[in-house]
Amino acid sequence: MNATTGPLATRRLILQGAVTVALIGLGNLPFGIAPARAAANDKYPEDAFKQKSQADAIKALYGKTAEPSDKIKLDAPEIAENGAVVPISVTTTLEKVTSISFLVAENPNALAASYRIPDGTIPTIANRLKMAKTTNVLVLVEADGKLFSAAKEVKVTVGGCGG
Amino acid sequence: MASTIRVRATSNGDITEVQALIQHPMDSGFIKDAKGELIPAHFIQELKFEYNGKDVFVADWGPAVSKDPYVKFSFKGAKKGDEIKISWVDNKGASDTTTAKIS
Repeated sequence: MNATTGPLATRRLILQGAVTVALIGLGNLPFGIAPARAAANDKYPEDAFKQKSQADAIKALYGKTAEPSDKIKLDAPEIAENGAVVPISVTTTLEKVTSISFLVAENPNALAASYRIPDGTIPTIANRLKMAKTTNVLVLVEADGKLFSAAKEVKVTVGGCGG
Repeated sequence: MASTIRVRATSNGDITEVQALIQHPMDSGFIKDAKGELIPAHFIQELKFEYNGKDVFVADWGPAVSKDPYVKFSFKGAKKGDEIKISWVDNKGASDTTTAKIS
């Protein structure tokens, strides 16, 4: 009954207060999540592509470390006769996938490709990468804010980076 | 000019599978030409697939993606007859755009 009998100004103040609280409350959520995703999901990760080592590229791209997961299936040939065209595909049963990246450990720059996966897109990708020599292919899957990985060695008989 | 992008998008009613093949040299910057001079890096940086004005798949690429790149992915929410828009931009600022009908 207070609201109807009290002065109009007071009522408006209370309402404004409530709205402000609601806005702050809502605002906090996205801000809390944003930094983790911003690295991989906003724009072209120029810096990550410039890193030479796998570890530095992962750091620049995601800013966190990955743990191996058996829910990621990485499909790459045992032996690639032509390092310039190595078909590599990945699929995962992990949920809430937001990005998938491919790294080739011994390439001049480890990061090869990074894909942003919006809601409604299935976390299955096939692509073709260049490999300088026999080395590990590492795939990173960002799911529900965490980072998972799977790796496979591919033997390369003819390198694809002009070596 | 003929498009550099070739796309096949097929729907099974629920899931749309998209395959794209793009004509691009994807020069890594590590290869020398016949005269022994390095061919400068020239590669697609960003490839985008849009449906209904929303991104359904975005590829960020470095020079380690093979020449004439190929990529395959699938997404939900589209149906036969709908259109998807595909566009790329490379490190020299060149770009191309096309649309494809889902069959």
